[in-house]
Amino acid sequence: MSNQAMFRIWRGDSSGGALQDYKTPVDEGMVVLDAIHRIQAEQAPDLAVRWNCKAGKCGSCSAEINGMPRLMCMTRLNQLNLDMPVIVEPMHAFPLIRDLVTDVSWNFEVKKTIKPFKPRSPDAADGTWRMQQEDVDRVQEFRKCIECFLCQDVCHVLREHHKHDEFIGPRYFVYAAALEMHPLDVEDRVKDLKDKHNLGYCNITTCCRQVCPESITITENAIIPLKERVVDQFFDPLKRFFRIL
Amino acid sequence: MPEYQTHPYDVLIIGAGGAGLRAAVEAAASGVKVGVVCKSLLGKAHTVMAEGGVAAALGNVDDRDNWKVHFSDTMRGGQYLNNWRMAELHAQEAPARVRELEAWGALFDRTTDGKILQRNFGGHRYPRLAHVGDRTGLEMIRTLQDHGIHSGMDVHMECTVLSLVMDSGRVAGAFGYDREKGHFILWPAKAVVLATGGIGRAFKVTSNSWEYTGDGHSLAYRAGAELLDMEFVQFHPTGMVWPMSVRGILVTEGVRGEGGVLRNSEGKRFMFDDIPDLYKAQTADSEEEGWRYTQGDKNARRPPELLTRDHVARCINREVKAGRGSPHGGVFLDIAWIKQHIPKAADHIKRKLPSMYHQFKQLADIDITAVPMEVGPTTHYMMGGVRVDGDTQMSTVPGLFAAGEVAAGLHGANRLGGNSLSDLLVFGKRAGEFAAKFANENPAGAIDDAQIQDTAKTALEPFDRGPAGENPYQIQYELQDNMQELVGIVRLESEMQLALEVVAGLKKRAVRAGIAGHRQYNNGWHTAMDLENLLTISEAITRAALMRKESRGAQFRDDYPEKSADWAKHNIIVRKGDTGEMVVEKRPTTPVRDDLQQIIGEFK
Ligand SMILES: Cc1cc2nc3c(=O)[nH]c(=O)nc-3n(C[C@H](O)[C@H](O)[C@H](O)COP(=O)(O)OP(=O)(O)OC[C@H]3O[C@@H](n4cnc5c(N)ncnc54)[C@H](O)[C@@H]3O)c2cc1C
Ligand code: SF4
Ligand code: SF4
Ligand code: FES
Repeated sequence: MSNQAMFRIWRGDSSGGALQDYKTPVDEGMVVLDAIHRIQAEQAPDLAVRWNCKAGKCGSCSAEINGMPRLMCMTRLNQLNLDMPVIVEPMHAFPLIRDLVTDVSWNFEVKKTIKPFKPRSPDAADGTWRMQQEDVDRVQEFRKCIECFLCQDVCHVLREHHKHDEFIGPRYFVYAAALEMHPLDVEDRVKDLKDKHNLGYCNITTCCRQVCPESITITENAIIPLKERVVDQFFDPLKRFFRIL
Repeated sequence: MPEYQTHPYDVLIIGAGGAGLRAAVEAAASGVKVGVVCKSLLGKAHTVMAEGGVAAALGNVDDRDNWKVHFSDTMRGGQYLNNWRMAELHAQEAPARVRELEAWGALFDRTTDGKILQRNFGGHRYPRLAHVGDRTGLEMIRTLQDHGIHSGMDVHMECTVLSLVMDSGRVAGAFGYDREKGHFILWPAKAVVLATGGIGRAFKVTSNSWEYTGDGHSLAYRAGAELLDMEFVQFHPTGMVWPMSVRGILVTEGVRGEGGVLRNSEGKRFMFDDIPDLYKAQTADSEEEGWRYTQGDKNARRPPELLTRDHVARCINREVKAGRGSPHGGVFLDIAWIKQHIPKAADHIKRKLPSMYHQFKQLADIDITAVPMEVGPTTHYMMGGVRVDGDTQMSTVPGLFAAGEVAAGLHGANRLGGNSLSDLLVFGKRAGEFAAKFANENPAGAIDDAQIQDTAKTALEPFDRGPAGENPYQIQYELQDNMQELVGIVRLESEMQLALEVVAGLKKRAVRAGIAGHRQYNNGWHTAMDLENLLTISEAITRAALMRKESRGAQFRDDYPEKSADWAKHNIIVRKGDTGEMVVEKRPTTPVRDDLQQIIGEFK
């Protein structure tokens, strides 16, 4: 690995900004976040960046590295071509606050619009439930989500079409799926998904699944089964017939 | 005069980790107006990183378990310096708090009969940790967060509290700034709950994030509250040691719980060489018995790798110092070896320890199902903190409560793994309940504008000095080096005296810190403001460690390597003296209640 590398980092705020070059020494095993921290400590003390765990567990350090949405703490420098400057930019789908930090508060508001967990009455006299591991496996996959919002960042419905007011994005389809498929949950969110959250806007490009650092099979395991539920409940002629009866 | 916004609450909760959120849920349920403030985004607090599990004597895996066993394990782990009332309440209430999470949507791993699965952990006699693979903290914080947002609390994300506003000895609110814009905010409140977590950033090698600058400890201290057990800093035995940039990141004890073993460069399981008397009767005689224990054999005793953290960390330290370490200055932690016993071991490991598998694969290019990991001690957890009443969690300052890692008492001289997550739930709930009660029974305190202006003025000074002032990052790094070298895992009078001098020097430099740019999301400014807290708690740790002239639990003194009978009956209190100096006091422990003493005897 070369001893010096060039980082081209976006600096600026909502009023404007530009990419700026910083050269910094790099050591074996370093990740992009380490380089950012080194630059911050030595050259640009006011560089704005979010991070917490440095181990891919908290989903704070999302950014676009050479155009790819990734966690900075899990992107090793030896996976990048250091002969070229490494371009580090904030996520594009959210309003910029400063440098690498974006305003992701919309995501937290969206979550509140999804009906909360509502369990069936307990199975045992002591107020507890019985569930088999195979029954929870599927939902545990969705609950691995670290809310990094990288999937939201790549989804064209948000990134290009800015449908933030109508569409909740892949993260919240995963969240809704986790609730809908929860073995204990008795709430019905299917109508909301169709009418309020516009699941129909998703045309299954799988971009979200491809960037998920937790390897959640967002499209196949969450979105498609939810779409099937919408079809079953609202478009299945036989079911509609029974409902009329 | 700097301007500020005002957001009044009945109960203000500082911190949105497990303790803060659980407190908020409880307070909100009682109908008072609740505000939560946190430095990071919601759901990113330290709790999200917890891996191994939450300890509760559910008895799902081994029905011999009950609160009494959990209580006596906790007291033994804490070397009997614990607040025994807290240890009692914790052991009794943890099962209900864990089941409640399930009612709010958490999905723990299951036993074959469909109940919550529990795993082995160091110092726990029976398999006791409810878990979700090795991402238990994520499950817990997300459950509390998703439940909490529908319970009527306001959340102020990415805001930092700089000071508590005081009204003649009682708390009247908090003052701070939002990180995004750099604007000041006043939160008047009838009761305040500190749930700010720990202090790991005072040390160089740590599993803790930037948030852990001891803010709550320092806020309480400055408000006149007593701090307890500050000498007891837990060094977790297994942090990553390589690559350098990930040094300190945690390797969960769950690896050892699932059968992972520690070896030195000679391939020897060195943990068998040194088993403390207190644990002899409970520890396996042979490697074969240890293995059977990890696989659930109820007649086997635990392998020495699952002794308490303080002890394992010191043994690793000893091996490295004796030249029997691994290439990068740690020892080997091997889970891959279980393939000798288990068919399809690689799949088994990936299922039981998925995030460890990914962590090593991605950050170190190491496949833990094939080769051993290299691990060494890392600063992990603060046993010491705000002294609280065991039942209500109120500090010695009226209206000021504390819960979670920032509070002290439950863990004594050493915390058992898994006992923190349960601590957050049990005492988070209690703090929320009693803070709401306090708010209902007391009027709002008066807000003294002079205090606020004073804090705001000091906060803005780094901009006046500009980039010509001291670099705040540099001061932080120097402090971390100092604490790591001089007040770390093995302590010595002369080194700690030196540490005090270094801290005093850094304090002088910290007030000269300067920063470029403006107030909007300026990490350099944030770092400058954290320095006072870091320096205050570093001094408190060092002074308490100097006073305790013995080795017990997490404190190991090279100059006093034995336990002392006198110190066995004393805690250390740190508080701010009348003239602003730090007062350190030796205080007798309260004798354990008779019935609890009997339980301790029963499960020796
Ligand atoms: C890697 C790792 C693994 C762990 N694994 C386990 C485990 O398996 N089992 C176990 O029991 N324990 C474990 N622990 C310990 C446990 O996770 C922590 O002790 C616990 O989560 C602390 O919770 P808390 O609610 O007290 O604080 P935190 O979750 O850290 O929350 C602190 C909150 O306070 C806020 N805050 C701090 N200062 C301020 C301020 N000045 N103004 C405003 N807000 C502020 C922060 O933003 C944050 O929201 C682990 C710890 C680590 C680091
Ligand atoms: S699959 Fe759907 S949700 Fe995912 S990125 Fe494509 S359009 Fe968006
Ligand atoms: S689903 Fe994956 S990409 Fe989307 S927020 Fe969760 S972890 Fe991130
Ligand atoms: S810092 Fe937590 S995911 Fe990168």
